[in-house]
Amino acid sequence: MTRIIEHPILGKLEEQKKVQITIDGKPYTVHEGEMIAAALLANDIKTFRYTRHQHKPRGIYCGIGRCTDCIMTVDGIPNVRTCVTPVKEGMAIETQQGSGKWKEGDRGE
Amino acid sequence: MNNNGLIVVIGAGPAGLSAAIEAAKVGAKVIVIDENEKPGGQLFKQIHKFFGSKEHKAGTRGIEIGVQLLEETAKLNIEVWLNTEVCGIENNREIWVIRDKKQSVSLKADKIILATGAIENAVVFPGWTLPGVVGAGAAQTMINISRVLPGKKVLMLGSGNVGVIVSYQLLQAGAEVVAIVEASPRLGGYGVHTAKVCRAGVPFYTSHTISKVIGETKVEAAEIVKLDGNWKPIPGTEKVLEVDTVCLATGLNPLTELAWIAGCKFHYIPELGGHLPIHNRAMETTVEGIYVAGDISGIEEASTAMEEGRLAGINGAASLGLIEEIEREKLTQEVWDRLDALRCGQFGQKRKDAKDRLLAVEKEVV
Repeated sequence: MTRIIEHPILGKLEEQKKVQITIDGKPYTVHEGEMIAAALLANDIKTFRYTRHQHKPRGIYCGIGRCTDCIMTVDGIPNVRTCVTPVKEGMAIETQQGSGKWKEGDRGE
Repeated sequence: MNNNGLIVVIGAGPAGLSAAIEAAKVGAKVIVIDENEKPGGQLFKQIHKFFGSKEHKAGTRGIEIGVQLLEETAKLNIEVWLNTEVCGIENNREIWVIRDKKQSVSLKADKIILATGAIENAVVFPGWTLPGVVGAGAAQTMINISRVLPGKKVLMLGSGNVGVIVSYQLLQAGAEVVAIVEASPRLGGYGVHTAKVCRAGVPFYTSHTISKVIGETKVEAAEIVKLDGNWKPIPGTEKVLEVDTVCLATGLNPLTELAWIAGCKFHYIPELGGHLPIHNRAMETTVEGIYVAGDISGIEEASTAMEEGRLAGINGAASLGLIEEIEREKLTQEVWDRLDALRCGQFGQKRKDAKDRLLAVEKEVV
């Protein structure tokens, strides 16, 4: 865990409401409303996806939703920018391979 | 003259909120649009005290300024559309947005103020795509907003204000900053911020750059190399530093897409971040009724962004007939006086000269 509990300027991190999510099927308890990317880093997960052609690992890069390096498949929807998408109770997050796949029958919602 | 005109501000950071506040104060109907789920832009990760004079809120932390702006926004009943992405701007100032990723909405604005901000520059070296190489601003968001450490041993590339401020904040968050690497022979940040990391014992490597980042699936180490007077690596001077995170603080680039699609004319000014929408002293671009403010009109700081926002807000409202011409001139001059005060000294003068060039171009093309 790499959460910053004590901070000289911001003070002690208050007790946060928790939600349950899964990352590649494995359950995790994370802070309600935090960005998916933060929840992953808090659990020492740094690889969010693998590139389409060379299968190279990628993680968070710009943190403001512009570079799209941190995209993952979230609740069956591929290419979700995890640095600007908050976690929700029951969310299923998957490491994305290449461009990802839409969940069967969910295309276009 | 149109007293019921709508001003749409795109971007709810320091520039956009300041613009909205000025316009709403004199009775303009204002809608602020932002794609994020919270307003404030990058202010809430600025936990350091701002620099400058008292009227520029020096000594106040960015987060506190953010709170003040949001309080004023609420007091003035300014409508803020969050989770709203702007996808297009038509010739007649018709804005196409997507709300909450599902609802397509068109709205007709009488005036548009673009305050979209900037993105960090990348630097390319072998290994730059590895997880663990991040923008310094991204690291700052993680530590100060998400309260999560992106890594424990950090190398910072770039000694400008972003580099030294984020380095200090990484120390405050409990990380070790192994080195600050600067390609130039001189350090780039304000003395006050640089001194803090110096005192904390962080080593600076001037005339050095990253030659490669080492690791299979994540950053395991970084190799730095000394540069000669022509910025060329000197063979044999390589040094490997064991780090798990590399932060890039190598400048910013204005987010100008919306100004391009709106048809604004541009001019290239490298000192201010690249191609910039040409604008006048009222912050109006070459497209009538479209204004810019903040980093989109040249990379500077939150303090100048807020002043530019005020200029755009005042002048946008005035062009709707909400401010008398004499009053508009007076208010505009007051803001310019404060901007001139901010753009002076060793660092500011360069920005002032660059801004003056941009304003001079405006006189030629319009």
